[in-house]
Amino acid sequence: MPAGPFDQVVLPHLDAAYNLARWLTRSDADAEDVVQEACVRALRFFGGYRGDNARGWLLAIVRNSCYDFLRRHRPQELTDAFDEEIHTAVEDTQTPEALLLRRADRAMVRQALETLPLAWREVIILRELEGLSYTQIADVAGIKIGTVMSRLARARARLQQLLGSDATREVAR
Amino acid sequence: MNCSEVRSLVHAHLDGELDLVRQVEIDDHVRQCEACQAIYESQRALSSALKTDGLYFTAPASLQRRVRAAVRSMAEPSRWWSRAFSPQRLALAGAAAIVIVAAIAGPIVSRRSHDDQIAQQVVSAHIRSLMASHLTDVLSSDQHTVKPWFAGKLDFSPPVVDLKDQGFPLVGGRLDYVENRPIAALAYRSGQHVINLFVWPSTSSADVGESFVGRQGYNALSWTRDRTNFWAVSDLNATELRQFAQLVQDRSSGG
Repeated sequence: MPAGPFDQVVLPHLDAAYNLARWLTRSDADAEDVVQEACVRALRFFGGYRGDNARGWLLAIVRNSCYDFLRRHRPQELTDAFDEEIHTAVEDTQTPEALLLRRADRAMVRQALETLPLAWREVIILRELEGLSYTQIADVAGIKIGTVMSRLARARARLQQLLGSDATREVAR
Repeated sequence: MNCSEVRSLVHAHLDGELDLVRQVEIDDHVRQCEACQAIYESQRALSSALKTDGLYFTAPASLQRRVRAAVRSMAEPSRWWSRAFSPQRLALAGAAAIVIVAAIAGPIVSRRSHDDQIAQQVVSAHIRSLMASHLTDVLSSDQHTVKPWFAGKLDFSPPVVDLKDQGFPLVGGRLDYVENRPIAALAYRSGQHVINLFVWPSTSSADVGESFVGRQGYNALSWTRDRTNFWAVSDLNATELRQFAQLVQDRSSGG
């Protein structure tokens, strides 16, 4: 296949697409299926793409494909995320003990990320791993900037909680 | 800046989302306030913990091959087309024959085959929307939610009407791709049947009356009005689909 706009614009962001799908689905095989479907979708809508931010555009399609996939195969994950959002207080988890998380190793961090509710996990991945700005995250996830900020704060508080307390146990042993 | 203001902006600061003045104010405060410093440092520690190698999943080589293959198989028809009609392969006589035929039958045939092509495209889009469980991007029975959703995604604003009271409730809308352009697809239901109404601007100002085709067990009804092309596709029977189309025309006009 000759190098068309698809090869030039979409394929360079395949890692970003896979990383997002892998974190949202938490499965290698599912992530591959979702990315393939998303790329096919991206091609169908290629005429709708105006060209200033190919990565964000592709990530938005991947994100929607992940949600479609989860809605079909694991609908409970979508509702879990929603409930947790209502019931979590942010302030009381921001304690200095969380400093201990410096000791947290990679496996613990990965595990903590995987336990985050879907809606928080996606903003954390887009912010910390993809380095997107709040505006870009809002575009990809189809949410308001205020929601991006509150989800980030909640997600980080939860990570502090998970990693801080685990690390504390580690030290006490 | 007091402690609670600083704490509310710690994330935005670490994410590089603040203007310089506020960045400096926070830095100053954090330097003087131990409690805030602890919070700031723990957030920074978290950020750097998340940036360690090994958390980022890179696409396996097999995925790149898969995607390439999937994309290639989608592009197949046009490849075949361009190969068959490439200058190297076309004998001059063949080209001449085509020119002659086109000159005689061109206006009729091209209009007809063009409609055929669109019919094929909208029926395929309809089938795909059911296969991939991707009927809607915006799920709403409220026309005032669905219509604005298209703003910014399309260069035209499709007429959106709800026909719930007439037995065809609106389910939602999505973007689709027909005739080399992104278009609006509105999903309706009639009992267990799904109707996709594809809408996009017409290139000609002439209205065209209803025309009906059946394909692969689906019925498609098209018309052009107010410089807008409409294609309704469904497995509904022809009579009910006509009824649906009539309602859409009655309700869209003037709106």
